Amino acid sequence: MTERPRVAVVVFPGSNDDHDAAWALGAMGGDPVLVWHAEHQLPPDTGAVVLPGGFSYGDYLRPGAIAGVAPVMTAVCAFAQAGGPVLGICNGFQTLCEARLLPGALRPNRQLEFVCRDVRVKVENPSTLFTRRCEEAQQLVIPVKHGDGAWYADEGTFVQVAARGQIVLRYAEDVNGSLGNVAGVVNEAGNVMGLMPHPEHAVDPLLGSADGGLLLAALVDAAADHLRVAA
Amino acid sequence: MKAVVLVRPKDGILDPQGEAVQGSLEKLGFEVGSVRVGRVIDVDVTARDADDARAQVERMCSELLANPLIESVQIQVEPAS
Repeated sequence: MTERPRVAVVVFPGSNDDHDAAWALGAMGGDPVLVWHAEHQLPPDTGAVVLPGGFSYGDYLRPGAIAGVAPVMTAVCAFAQAGGPVLGICNGFQTLCEARLLPGALRPNRQLEFVCRDVRVKVENPSTLFTRRCEEAQQLVIPVKHGDGAWYADEGTFVQVAARGQIVLRYAEDVNGSLGNVAGVVNEAGNVMGLMPHPEHAVDPLLGSADGGLLLAALVDAAADHLRVAA
Repeated sequence: MKAVVLVRPKDGILDPQGEAVQGSLEKLGFEVGSVRVGRVIDVDVTARDADDARAQVERMCSELLANPLIESVQIQVEPAS
């Protein structure tokens, strides 16, 4: 029997999907460990990191801005620079953009309303670490729940990001005014991804969809691969 | 030394909050062009002189106070009274 790869789930003050993320990662075969934001190191044998959804630091200043400079982020940045897989969900996506690990920024929804519902997202790039279990153009049903989910980048960045295949997921419809209907992006190296939809809330058909499990199971695979390479 | 940081949505960046405020002002009967909503941050900074204070606040802006992708900043330094 293979050992379950460890996935660190960072907990900031105001994170609220940390336990759901940990539960879902466990269901996908990972060994989730909650890590407090004030830690300076990730646990030994961490194979992947998840920054969960929520309202870290009450969304003060800008969503994800204060989390982006939390003590644990130095370790997360070092982990990412060493090639470790990092996934940011919703507030985690905002945090990765603020920490400049991902291109662009998340702005208030165009309609100025909080959106909370299942959306369809299309897999634009199935060859990333995070989408390896998906087919090209596959549509996934995953819930969103956010007030600041409109991804924005300047035109030059957008063209470059699109040309490099860094746009991983797009909404099948306009959900929040996001540029190019972008729902998820990956960094240039391909090991850091952020998305606004919540895959951890879509891992069981009983709750409407299990499509989020495809992304989280791929992350667990990536964690195992990373630990194998590091060993 | 006191510094005032004005953070605004960059020109050309959509500001839904400003649009909502504009709509409400119009409902109140005011004739307004555009409205943009930013933020004022007052910082009491320990510095040798005004230049040092400005340099420090500029670093604060690039590291935390503003996101240069979407926001512009204006810094005013006033000597402590």
